[in-house]
Amino acid sequence: MSLLEVHGVSKAYGGIHALDACSLAVEQGSITGLIGPNGSGKTTLFNVITGYEQPDTGRVSFQGADITNAGPSKIFGMGLGRTFQLVRIFPRLTVMENMHIAVQRRGIRSLLHRWSAPHERAHAQELLDFVGISHLSDAPAENLSYGQKKLLEFAMILIAAPEVVLLDEPAGGVNPTLAAQLTDRIKTLNQRGVTFLIVEHNMEFVMSLCDKVAVMHRGSLLTEGEPAQVRGNPAVLEAYLGD
Amino acid sequence: MKQQPLSARTLKIAWPLLLLAAATVFPLVADPAMGNVAVLTLLYAAAAVSWNIFSGYTGYISLGHATFFGFGAYTMAIISVNQHLPGGFGLFLLVPVAGVVAALVAIPIGWILLRTRGHAFVIITLITVFIFQLLATNLRGLTEGSAGIFLPFTGFDPDWFLLPFYYIELGVLVLAVLVSWYIRNSKYGLGLLAIRDDEDRAEGLGVRTGGSKLIALIISAFFMGMVGAIHAYFLGAVYPQQVFDPALTIIIVLMAFLGGLGTLSGPILGAVVLEVAQQYFGLNSQIGYYQIVLGALFLIVMLLLPQGIVRSLARLWNAWRVRSGAGGSPVAPERQPAVVEKG
Repeated sequence: MSLLEVHGVSKAYGGIHALDACSLAVEQGSITGLIGPNGSGKTTLFNVITGYEQPDTGRVSFQGADITNAGPSKIFGMGLGRTFQLVRIFPRLTVMENMHIAVQRRGIRSLLHRWSAPHERAHAQELLDFVGISHLSDAPAENLSYGQKKLLEFAMILIAAPEVVLLDEPAGGVNPTLAAQLTDRIKTLNQRGVTFLIVEHNMEFVMSLCDKVAVMHRGSLLTEGEPAQVRGNPAVLEAYLGD
Repeated sequence: MKQQPLSARTLKIAWPLLLLAAATVFPLVADPAMGNVAVLTLLYAAAAVSWNIFSGYTGYISLGHATFFGFGAYTMAIISVNQHLPGGFGLFLLVPVAGVVAALVAIPIGWILLRTRGHAFVIITLITVFIFQLLATNLRGLTEGSAGIFLPFTGFDPDWFLLPFYYIELGVLVLAVLVSWYIRNSKYGLGLLAIRDDEDRAEGLGVRTGGSKLIALIISAFFMGMVGAIHAYFLGAVYPQQVFDPALTIIIVLMAFLGGLGTLSGPILGAVVLEVAQQYFGLNSQIGYYQIVLGALFLIVMLLLPQGIVRSLARLWNAWRVRSGAGGSPVAPERQPAVVEKG
């Protein structure tokens, strides 16, 4: 049994089939890349997995538990964190405040705790340091550059110590130095046991990082395998270049 | 010689206490003619602070807080008249009761209204006020309809008639500010601010958005209800059009925006500036052209000061500190245009 499993998921918007009987398995401890042409359903699949969208048919399971119809909050609480293709941070809060959103308490206890305890602050600072933006901790998040916002969003997820991290185009719009730094951080976390599922168009980034690559085309899985295998697959080239 | 600057922390604690001390002695030293303005200013300040607890923090702009004000006012009036309670200080004990009634009313109202967002929410809150105004006009058995309810006479000596109202209001204002401050510093409050910035994202990071919004509305309604009750007792009468009054919330919203939405001191500052201005223009004009001035002011605030006085001043202060080399908050070198999230 894989850590994260998607079984025959379909999702249609009107007449457009964003996902068409899509199946995917993510193994524990892997860094799985998810590639495919624009509009092949990668982001929709992310939305279905993380509870932002409900599939029309099919099933999603995480650690053996069915999460098909669970909401984003519950799925995040189970250890599945994600970032967005276009970063979603809280622009009017400071970087440090952003880091504390995911450190919530349930119900009345959220009223009984200060927004930041010293150990939480220290941990947040550590993670900001890990992604390389600790010098910005008191700045309003809206003042960060796009790349820095992406790093912040990544760190915001990490504070909840997720089992699986889903990254939607982490290297998109990020300069090569920052992308290399990000690759390095992902590898470090992976060695500590975090599983990754990454949507990315930057092939160099995918090939150097992932130990398995899945290719999506027209809403379903075209093929999957090791990076070198996938790169040499004529069906993949055809999907990208058109038939 | 080197001077020791006052630490930021000392200043932070000192200035609210100084203001409170000034507000406490104000009616004892001020011109009695100012008393009426002072009482109304405190009333609006308390209303603006409680409105801010919900709308300022969550970003859900409510134009319906007159509903809770009205429930507070009618609770005060109906209980005191039906129970034949005598006027005097004892009637102030009904103020928290009125707050609780308004808070209870906020539960079903919030449950329905918070299913909407953005513009739909603004409109539906405004409509709520009209619904309750209509109900208050027509449920004559309970409210006496448009004839209104007259509250027991206070029996206070005209020489110090205003003082009890002034100090009770000051108490409610201080309590509202403390609650607002406490919430702002709690995890719960951070969750509310996250809802303001991106509700779905907050939900996705484990914030209980639905419950958080409802609780903020209940707390906010509790204070609005108390303000409404004090207002009713102060004026001595309650009418549907006067308490379930959309203009009431619009003025409160303007005060909060002028001072600074979502800030602690902004709503108070906005209330002081606007109420004093309103009284000044109102008293100096027979035709009430202050409404035109008010409308123009609303436009100016929205166009030039959307952040409010407090934040704009803070920005200037920060810029000055950076220029003078004292070091402001760090700002990233490159700026990227805002990105609009799809779907």
